[in-house]
Amino acid sequence: MNLTAIAAIYRYEMSRFFRTLLQSFLSPVLSTSLYFVVFGAAIGSRIDQVEGVSYGAFIVPGLVMLSVITQSLTNAAFGIYFPKFIGTVFELLSAPVSFLEIVIGYVGAAATKALFIGAMIFVTASLFVDFPVKHPLAMVAFLMLTCLSFALLGFIIGIWAGNFEQLQLVPLLIVTPLVFLGGSFYSITMLPPIWQKITLFNPVVYLISGFRWSFFGTADVPVGLSLLAIGAFTGICLTAIWWIFRTGWRLRS
Amino acid sequence: MPAILTIEDLRKTYAGGFEALKGVTLDIRQGEILALLGPNGAGKTTLISTVCGITTASSGSVSVAGHDIVTGYRAARSLIGLVPQDIALEPFERVANTVRFSRGLFGRPRNDAHIEDVLRKLSLWDKRNAPTKELSGGMKRRVLIAKALAHEPRILFLDEPTAGVDVELRKDMWNIVRELQADGVTIILTTHYIEEAEAIADRVGIIDGGQLLLVEEKDRLMRRMGRKQIELQLSEPIGEVPAGLARHKLELARDGCALVYTYDSQAERTGITTLLNDMAASGLVLRDVRTRQSSLEEIFVGLVSGDAR
Repeated sequence: MNLTAIAAIYRYEMSRFFRTLLQSFLSPVLSTSLYFVVFGAAIGSRIDQVEGVSYGAFIVPGLVMLSVITQSLTNAAFGIYFPKFIGTVFELLSAPVSFLEIVIGYVGAAATKALFIGAMIFVTASLFVDFPVKHPLAMVAFLMLTCLSFALLGFIIGIWAGNFEQLQLVPLLIVTPLVFLGGSFYSITMLPPIWQKITLFNPVVYLISGFRWSFFGTADVPVGLSLLAIGAFTGICLTAIWWIFRTGWRLRS
Repeated sequence: MPAILTIEDLRKTYAGGFEALKGVTLDIRQGEILALLGPNGAGKTTLISTVCGITTASSGSVSVAGHDIVTGYRAARSLIGLVPQDIALEPFERVANTVRFSRGLFGRPRNDAHIEDVLRKLSLWDKRNAPTKELSGGMKRRVLIAKALAHEPRILFLDEPTAGVDVELRKDMWNIVRELQADGVTIILTTHYIEEAEAIADRVGIIDGGQLLLVEEKDRLMRRMGRKQIELQLSEPIGEVPAGLARHKLELARDGCALVYTYDSQAERTGITTLLNDMAASGLVLRDVRTRQSSLEEIFVGLVSGDAR
């Protein structure tokens, strides 16, 4: 294992994050505050408790997930797409590193950034509302697994994308709707029965449900199922990446 | 000199069916400067990319100091540095950082003294904290060389290092290459500038249509292939070659003011003595004598236009 190379990639990617620190932190903090102003204060005050929790507190896990999923996805996608776009990927391909090392470096950095932002939102949210964290360890585990799996997906998108439009396509057209419809802002028990069934095909439902369980101890789907879903998702992404590097798809001609 | 890089029957056919390499076999000796000369699309970059791991070979093998580039890719690649043809640098990254990153990527522990040494050698030390986007084209190319040297490679590939570079900078680049050779680095450079190969290479390989047409010592190549000419300038112009000189197959030049004799400088008898004797016998008076040797360019054009196939 070329640990020096992993560290080099990780550090290099993180330095890009720190170069744009203000933008990296300010925008999630600002958008979270806006969500609280709109959903928490303006609309939330007219909504009764959801599953025994005030609406303002109820949306906290969803908000964190929303940002963490988007951030890990776009960070990882951009992280590997950018070297492809400007041509510096040649260095990566000619270096004595294995695919696993490249993935650990890039995905690790993207997941770390997302984790930072998730923590930032958590702190910001705690300034607006009071909420319990019943299972802190599970919360951290869910957060880390989500960062990891979506960073893996982002990495695949970054390798697949042939231009900036494609790079935006999947996050914008697939992931954002799935996250919004995954119960970030509502409990699926609030949906009509038929939609309650359909929504179970949305993998994000399991993530948000599990994450919310770690806060309030209640969930839309059993927490074991949530863990299984996120585990399976991570496995699928890993397999896809293993195949990409074995065949050199979109990387080596 | 032992071979540090052995390429055997390397073939590459791209997905579209284009056969870029048609069985290249080549030994590169430790410490030499080898220039791969060829027109655009000859297969130079494919050859380099395949050796460096950017492109996968269709068949054939490459070994670097005994390490196969597929089964022993870690050991093989850590010995190689690559300077690509196109300038590719992250625009916002600072010079020293990007060079340090390259070293780490190749698995070498951090060594600021070495990075400083490389940057100073390439006159980049003053620019070490500048973002690469602020550098001139020539400076950017130096940064690419610095990145390729960051992990102390034994072999350096320079893909068209002076393409689109002005004369001054080209000479600079040649000096850098010579200094690297003095440090013991084996250098393979591709170029389509003949004068570049002529100026710095120890050996020249001519590649065209995915095939290596020949590899030879530059001097020997030029001697072997080089035909020499003597231009005999006359004090008085003449209308035609005198009958007494007919057997020398001379050409009349400069409106009858000169006779040109072409001969093989490597031949046992060049025929110069008898020519001069016959000239004296014909009563021609010489004003001046000039010799000229064909350049690598003429050899090259001769080869790729089909003479050697």
